[in-house]
Amino acid sequence: MATTKIVIDPVTRIEGHLKITCEVDNGKITDAYSSGTLWRGIEVILKGRDPRDAGQITQRICGVCPMAHGTASILCLDDAFKVTVPDNGRIIRNLLLGSNHLQSHILHFYHLAALDYVTGPDVAPFVPRYKGDYRLPKKLNDQYVAHYLQALEMRKKAHEMLAVFGGKMPPQITMVVGGVTVTPSVDKMASFLWRLREIAAFVNDVYIPDVMGVAEVYSDYKNIGKGCGNLLSYGAFPQDSAGKEKLFKSGRYTKERVLSFDPNKITEDVKYSWYKDGTSGKKPSEGITEPEAEKASGYTWLKAPRYEGQPYEVGPLARMWVNGDYRQGISVIDRHAARALEAKKLAEVMEGWLLQLKPGQPAYAETKVPDSGEGMGLTEGARGALGHWIKISGKKIENYQAVVPTTWNAGPRDDKGVRGPIEEALVGTPIVDEDNPLEIVRIIRSFDPCIACAVHLIKPSGEMKRFRVV
Amino acid sequence: MELTRREFLKICSASAVGAGLSQMYIPELVQAMEEAAAKKPPVIWLQGANCTGCVVSLINTAHPTISEVLLKIISLEYQSNIMAAAGELAFSHMEMIAERAKGEFFILMEGAVPTKDNGIYCTVGERNGKEVSVLELLNEIGPKAKAIVAVGDCAAFGGIPAGKPNPTGCKPVSEIVKGVPIINIQGCPPHPDWVLGTIVHVLLFGLPELDDKARPKLFFGETVHQNCPNYSYFQEGKMAKKFGDKGCLIELGCKGPMAMSDCPLRKWNSGVNWCIGVGSPCIGCSSDTFPDGMSPFYSALPQDKRPKKDSEIV
Repeated sequence: MATTKIVIDPVTRIEGHLKITCEVDNGKITDAYSSGTLWRGIEVILKGRDPRDAGQITQRICGVCPMAHGTASILCLDDAFKVTVPDNGRIIRNLLLGSNHLQSHILHFYHLAALDYVTGPDVAPFVPRYKGDYRLPKKLNDQYVAHYLQALEMRKKAHEMLAVFGGKMPPQITMVVGGVTVTPSVDKMASFLWRLREIAAFVNDVYIPDVMGVAEVYSDYKNIGKGCGNLLSYGAFPQDSAGKEKLFKSGRYTKERVLSFDPNKITEDVKYSWYKDGTSGKKPSEGITEPEAEKASGYTWLKAPRYEGQPYEVGPLARMWVNGDYRQGISVIDRHAARALEAKKLAEVMEGWLLQLKPGQPAYAETKVPDSGEGMGLTEGARGALGHWIKISGKKIENYQAVVPTTWNAGPRDDKGVRGPIEEALVGTPIVDEDNPLEIVRIIRSFDPCIACAVHLIKPSGEMKRFRVV
Repeated sequence: MELTRREFLKICSASAVGAGLSQMYIPELVQAMEEAAAKKPPVIWLQGANCTGCVVSLINTAHPTISEVLLKIISLEYQSNIMAAAGELAFSHMEMIAERAKGEFFILMEGAVPTKDNGIYCTVGERNGKEVSVLELLNEIGPKAKAIVAVGDCAAFGGIPAGKPNPTGCKPVSEIVKGVPIINIQGCPPHPDWVLGTIVHVLLFGLPELDDKARPKLFFGETVHQNCPNYSYFQEGKMAKKFGDKGCLIELGCKGPMAMSDCPLRKWNSGVNWCIGVGSPCIGCSSDTFPDGMSPFYSALPQDKRPKKDSEIV
């Protein structure tokens, strides 16, 4: 039987512009290509600006994950400015990031992923839809639709909670080098607390049971979409001013062992990306990106990040696994389950953090733009490990680089031809109906890809003339 | 329909005490919208060089809720972050709507349009095995729309991706499509009320009154500075010297005198807060010149660009 090609362009219900190409042979995916199809060049835009502007501009890399970029960027600037943030500032930053994780996880399950399992009402934007494998009995299906609408209100409330200290969302405005601009007060703490409790109740009473419901009815997806099997977390939510103790530890899981993580071992390959081969294998802090749009082997604007040369999956499952909080398995269902359980864990600990705030005490330490310096900011976005790197000279940004979660997950093959995690997760999957490839979109969406994040921090120094040959 | 245009404008205007689309449940407005939406106009939401922040901001709408918007006000035929369909099924549906509802459908455009190298920096789908750039798509379906709402700084004026040195040649919608009414809603991202207030105005009363940059005067008629709660500090000359201080934030970089929006009155996230409410200077994201005209965000405006205090006006 001849090999057929399934192209999904655009992949919807994700953030950004993504195209997936699968080769199918005898009803099974034999190969897969993941292509990011928007490039804006945001770090080119950052170059030459006041370093403090990075905290705001990088939040515009992505309107779904501004908190993650804001956090990585501000940690990176704290490092370069050599400033120690007061406890109030550290705690408020953690509360902001935690609020957006809650918002993002609820949004992901109900509004991005659920329509792969649940039949929506027969009106736009719920039609048209792929036909076929929807298994929920009508009564349960209707309940999910009701929860879809309820979840819209809950995720909105999570953003209201974030705005209590963050000013607004998206993006927040309060984080600055040295802390936050807002001084905590009891009224703000109360306003935050009662929203948090309402969201925590939704997570426990609705979100987690709904994920378990899908896991039960679609239990075959516990064996679908494993991917590379390596998991990586940079660690996040510092519990002390030095950032030694974190809610989520940094580390990685490979070959059935949890090992330590060293940021110096990250490199990026570009053989299959539209960049010159000579720039392959560089560390992000030394990253050079020279486009070569005519490159026949190229098929994406994403690079291929590797740790000690190996692909790694990032995201809530990786964080929860490395931390020892979830070790059931690696699959479509496990990604959804780990994400939901992480929401529960966060909602619980955030109440304790909130009560550690000292009302009226400073949340900001004064600092000045240094003449020169370098900084690194590592954190965990809702979608996984995120790192920003800055180089300052003459009080301006000389270079800015980032390696983001979706670059890890949706990146292409590396120079050795080893597929990226999403590509690998697709290979071997049986496809029942090539015209309605629900299996493919279920696998892709379990990673919660965010393409605006993934394709941005690349530095072109020449003209791009041509592009894609798939 | 009971509601007059005048009443509607009053509801939308944040300066009406305690009002604003988000802050008030208006039965007449709801009824009027439902009547207008009985026809449920088809809407195609396009995304160019974007970040999806405008979508996330829009779904934070308080009244009407986003569920009401989706189920009762518009027929959102194409919106890649929300819609059930994917790939060819989604893309061909959009093309079908643009043809079938020619002259009747609305485009809500998020993101700027990369024009360099024929727009290759942003492709949004495929047709006959060939990628379609957002530039190409907008040129094709833009002229068929009844009107286009450019949602956010990027679509309206270029915004972040058009920031210096504008690596991909990003342009606003108004420089690509001609001959179709275009409304510019600025903000990075815009407040949901600005977007929905404009949509509802168009559905009920036609085009709102626009300024010389095609922005609805209703939302962008005054500066942030004019309505700022720190305005009296400014008049007294009490200036915050570091974050956390009481006082006007102009020395810390506030661009309130240059930003055109009703943020101080309307506030964000269901009225919970806004930028200056957490002691942050306004970075001027509601502006046709963001980011370059407002950068560096944390450096004080030069004296010649600052507004005059009452005592300085002779």
